[in-house]
Amino acid sequence: MSTTAHSGDIKDLVDDLYRREGRRIFATLVRLVGDFELAEEAMQEAFSAALESWQKDGVPKNPRAWLVSTGRFKAIDSIRRRIRFDKKVAVMAQELEASYESFEENIEGYDDETFNDDLLRLVFTCCHPALASDARVALTLREICGLTTEEIASAFLTSAGTIAQRIVSAKAKIRDTRIPYIVPSKDDLPERLDSVLAVIYLVFNEGYSASSGAEAVRVDLSSKAIHLGRMLNEILKDPEVSGLLALMLLHESRREARVDSAGDLILLEDQDRSLWKRELIEEGSALVEAVYAGGEIGVYSIQAAISAVHARAKTAADTEWGSIVALYDLLLRAQPSSVVALNRAVAISMRDGPESGLDLIEELLSSGELSEYHLSHAARADMLRRLGKREEAAAAYKEALTLARQEPERRFLERRLKEMSE
Amino acid sequence: MRFICLGYADTENFEKLSPEAVGAFMDKCFAYDKELFESGHFVGGQALMFAEHGVSLSVKGGEVSVTDGPFVETKEQLGGILILEARDLNHAITLMSKHPGVKMGRFEIRPANLEVGKLFKEKTGMEMPWS
Repeated sequence: MSTTAHSGDIKDLVDDLYRREGRRIFATLVRLVGDFELAEEAMQEAFSAALESWQKDGVPKNPRAWLVSTGRFKAIDSIRRRIRFDKKVAVMAQELEASYESFEENIEGYDDETFNDDLLRLVFTCCHPALASDARVALTLREICGLTTEEIASAFLTSAGTIAQRIVSAKAKIRDTRIPYIVPSKDDLPERLDSVLAVIYLVFNEGYSASSGAEAVRVDLSSKAIHLGRMLNEILKDPEVSGLLALMLLHESRREARVDSAGDLILLEDQDRSLWKRELIEEGSALVEAVYAGGEIGVYSIQAAISAVHARAKTAADTEWGSIVALYDLLLRAQPSSVVALNRAVAISMRDGPESGLDLIEELLSSGELSEYHLSHAARADMLRRLGKREEAAAAYKEALTLARQEPERRFLERRLKEMSE
Repeated sequence: MRFICLGYADTENFEKLSPEAVGAFMDKCFAYDKELFESGHFVGGQALMFAEHGVSLSVKGGEVSVTDGPFVETKEQLGGILILEARDLNHAITLMSKHPGVKMGRFEIRPANLEVGKLFKEKTGMEMPWS
């Protein structure tokens, strides 16, 4: 074998390990060295060292353990050098070195469970409720997904400086308030998991509702969120994790069908269903079924089930509205909110006709809670349109337009408004 | 990614120090610069003499005029630049936060505008140093 081919193989191997295992190794190093920045630097150095050393001495039996061990050594080395500038780190160095022998004995025993456990620590730390919501998102994307500050900034159409400050202050908060690097106990898990799932879903929706114009330059946040969902679903057995992953996959399956070439939104009922991605639907639906078979059903799973009912309808007219209404009933009980009630009203209008939907929506609007929400007026307008009350419908579309912010939504409402006067 | 770090020095901070203390401070800076260099982050850099040793060029009435200075109002002036290679802005912040120089004056970290370097190469066929 020629040397170049050999070194090329090693480079591919190291690149592949970096892609697949880099964040896990980082997560483990954060636990071992107790510091995000030190761990990041150590991880990068360990991978560079691997490239050099494995070409010379061959690939070690357990590459992951080698990388962690080398990373840890690099971190100790870096701390030693820093002692010259900063006396405070001397204690840190002593502690790390003191644990050296027991660590070296243990490292070969590190298995998938150890690494996954560390990754979970990282996930729960980045999504800790003590951090501001936008900080959780930025930290999750950078530390768990491995995006750069600049990529996150471009995804959220903001400056790298803004994102950088969020990340710096979030890390300072983790350090100063001593947020522990642990997987929460069974008692705390549901609440803490809620926060993690909310971050993932927020990232997904940010990518899903992005206007088409800037999409080319934006990092695909939805695929990052799905990747996170898959990863979490692999290492944490929880029905809501599966539910969220299913929900994202089912939404994602319709991505191409939901916007036309001009970037305008196409309603579910008008979408070309042949554009829906079958393999995503199948994966999502199978996850929903597995959750339902388990019997423990939460809000993400119910929403995924609703999406799955839509997905299995061959045409819009085939939609089983009865099942969808039943699922909304369930969702309204699990998560009483006026937005859910609005969606339920729309489903009822599809099952029983626009009259019954209109009554429910007007009842909701009169309670005042949804009067500032553009979709409630849009839904009311739609009922009126279906009932042939064109003037009243036009007034309601106008009301929705004064509240809608996103361009594609505004264009949709303007089109409908124009239809009412034709 | 490439970043340019502009190190501002507060001359008052320096005036307060004994020559030995200034020497010790410089040693610390050198040690950290060496570390940055060895880890591939230090791409280039240069310390500047105080502004009183420099001149300013400007055009007045079509003629280039030379004045002493620049005379800055504050005691803070540009003391040096460092060209840094980092993974992203947060990495650059991490690296520069550890630099002993930050104790003597603020650092401004600016992403390099590589587009200009690309344009230069396109127009001249030459590689701009550090880009």
